[in-house]
Amino acid sequence: MERNYRKLWWQHCLAIICFSVIPLLFVNFFFYTLFDRIYTEKIKENLRSSAENQRDSIDLFFNERIAQLFTVANTNTFEELTNETYLNKVFDIMHAKSNSYMDIGIIDNEGNHVSYVGPYYSLLKAVNYKNEPWFNAVKANGIYISDIFKGYRKAPHCIIAVMVREKSTSWILRVTINLKNIDDIVQKAWLGHFSDAFLINKANQLQTRPRFGGDFLETPSLPEFTTASLNRPTYPDFSSIVVTKVERRVLHGTDAFYAATPISNTKWVLVIKESPEELLTPLQKGKYWAIFLTTLGLAIIATGAALFTNALINRIKETDRENAANADMLLQANKMIALSKMAAGIAHEVNNPLAAIAEKAGWMKDLLAEEDLAASKNFAEFDESVDKIEQHVDRARKIIHNLLGFARRMEPAKEKISVNNLLEETTGFLENEAKYVNIGFTKQYAENVPVITSDLSQIQQVVLNLLNNAIDAIDHDGTITVSTRYSEKTDEVEIAIADTGKGISENELNKIFDPFFTTKEVGKGTGLGLSISYSIIEKLGGKIRVQSKVGEGTVFTILLPKQ
Amino acid sequence: MDTLRVLIVDDEDDFRETIVKRLNARKILAEGAASGILALEVLATKDFDVIVLDVKMPGMDGIETLRHIKKLKPEIEVIMLTGHASVEFGLKGMQLGAFDYVMKPAPLNELLDTIGQAYNKKRGIVL
Repeated sequence: MERNYRKLWWQHCLAIICFSVIPLLFVNFFFYTLFDRIYTEKIKENLRSSAENQRDSIDLFFNERIAQLFTVANTNTFEELTNETYLNKVFDIMHAKSNSYMDIGIIDNEGNHVSYVGPYYSLLKAVNYKNEPWFNAVKANGIYISDIFKGYRKAPHCIIAVMVREKSTSWILRVTINLKNIDDIVQKAWLGHFSDAFLINKANQLQTRPRFGGDFLETPSLPEFTTASLNRPTYPDFSSIVVTKVERRVLHGTDAFYAATPISNTKWVLVIKESPEELLTPLQKGKYWAIFLTTLGLAIIATGAALFTNALINRIKETDRENAANADMLLQANKMIALSKMAAGIAHEVNNPLAAIAEKAGWMKDLLAEEDLAASKNFAEFDESVDKIEQHVDRARKIIHNLLGFARRMEPAKEKISVNNLLEETTGFLENEAKYVNIGFTKQYAENVPVITSDLSQIQQVVLNLLNNAIDAIDHDGTITVSTRYSEKTDEVEIAIADTGKGISENELNKIFDPFFTTKEVGKGTGLGLSISYSIIEKLGGKIRVQSKVGEGTVFTILLPKQ
Repeated sequence: MDTLRVLIVDDEDDFRETIVKRLNARKILAEGAASGILALEVLATKDFDVIVLDVKMPGMDGIETLRHIKKLKPEIEVIMLTGHASVEFGLKGMQLGAFDYVMKPAPLNELLDTIGQAYNKKRGIVL
């Protein structure tokens, strides 16, 4: 049963990311929206106060002008002011500290322009204003501020007229406002690079020149940056508002803040337009930061999730491997139990007949020795046959003994073993197999190795295991060197099995004799081979050692006592 | 010196009879018994120096028989014979007072050695 670790990895990783990212995005979105709303409110508030400040400036300007005109009108008599030399003097005084006025004129009750000082003398001196709308308005109200109009001089201008009652008659003092003054005030509202401000009258006609196109008395239109349409889109009409109004509107694809506020003296409306790109720069920056930080957060979460998941999957893999090894071990143990039961059964069933055969043969031998059969011509044959029977019974007995030994790990047998022969025989099992993968055996047997007393089959098992490991470590193309040595000092025989394989890291070297430690794939090795080898050699009174260098190879050394 | 008397207890007829014959041929007074119960019956009437007792027998097994023998005649030395090649049974027998155990099939010489040692022990001869 192989898990799909890749799928598991993705599932786990995505789950972590989802559960972290959703709240992150939610929080970010919430705060951004909140920030956006507060910031927009703040901008609107600023725009409102800026608009109202400009309005107050304009009101103040007109109030001062009116006050000055009243002063002039009431401190001079009609007689005095009809004298144009005198009027010129008065105008000079009025003009001394400011250039608010363009010209000044005195008009009598009948509309006759009785005196005039200003640049349009020839054009205006002979004019009678009796039929002009403003003439009647000033007669009705006593004071009049005009919209921008062209009048007789055919140029846009704005006048202020005050009526003065003197005895039984009345006359009018009229001045023309230098429009530059109003422009100056209005232009103070051109804050940003794309902002605009201008005045309109009740008929939605321009009273000042906007920054981006349009002229006096035209309908205010939006600045046109494309040539797509010939008709420039008009501004929203704020001409009828009575209180300050601030709003954000998208008009003809242009997003803008508009502030409009009525001016009390003149019945005009001040309109300010601000480009959100400029006003909202900090918000835009905030947006970029939010995106950047969110991205960074996502990256951190993704990295963290990946790392965490990696660790987790590795743990799971390890656990799976351990489980597989445990399952292997259980299987092995069950096999052992079954085998040992069978071996015990066989031992009993076979040993009894064997014992009978042995005794019969022994009896025959006894008889052969006793009687004069020695003289028989076939005596030698009988004798040899009986010997052979005994020999083979002994052989069968050993086989059963070994079978039990394998199954039960009984007390080690005590046999006389020639170590060199044992190695020769054992390598013989594997030489052919090794040849296919181009692994050669080099044998360096010492001559002076004595016959030792130990358990042949168990030593063989260990040697076989080590040789198999060596072949696995080399994989292909290499040499296995099997050598023996006898140390008289310690009375020990040393068997060394050296391979030219990939070697074992220092880290793993400490663990290789641990049960269930394996570097082979899950299911390929039980990790028991070396631990069993170790316990066998220990039981035989010997030692097993390992030396290894990564990339160069590994040497296993078995030390066996002579006895 | 008295003749050494040995009782062979084994359910395997061929084995028992042959070994009795072979022991007799070596001037040892050997007799056979095919089961634990028969062995106890024989013991009731005769004396032996050494008993060779198979561990695994039908009916009363070797361990059980050993208990009875040790109760009946504790001076007799018993050698356990095990076809099981199992050390446990041999050791258990020795705990119960058996002299030694011999693995079946054992060469006669080995068995004779052990019988000799048991006999010597019984006679109080320490080698």
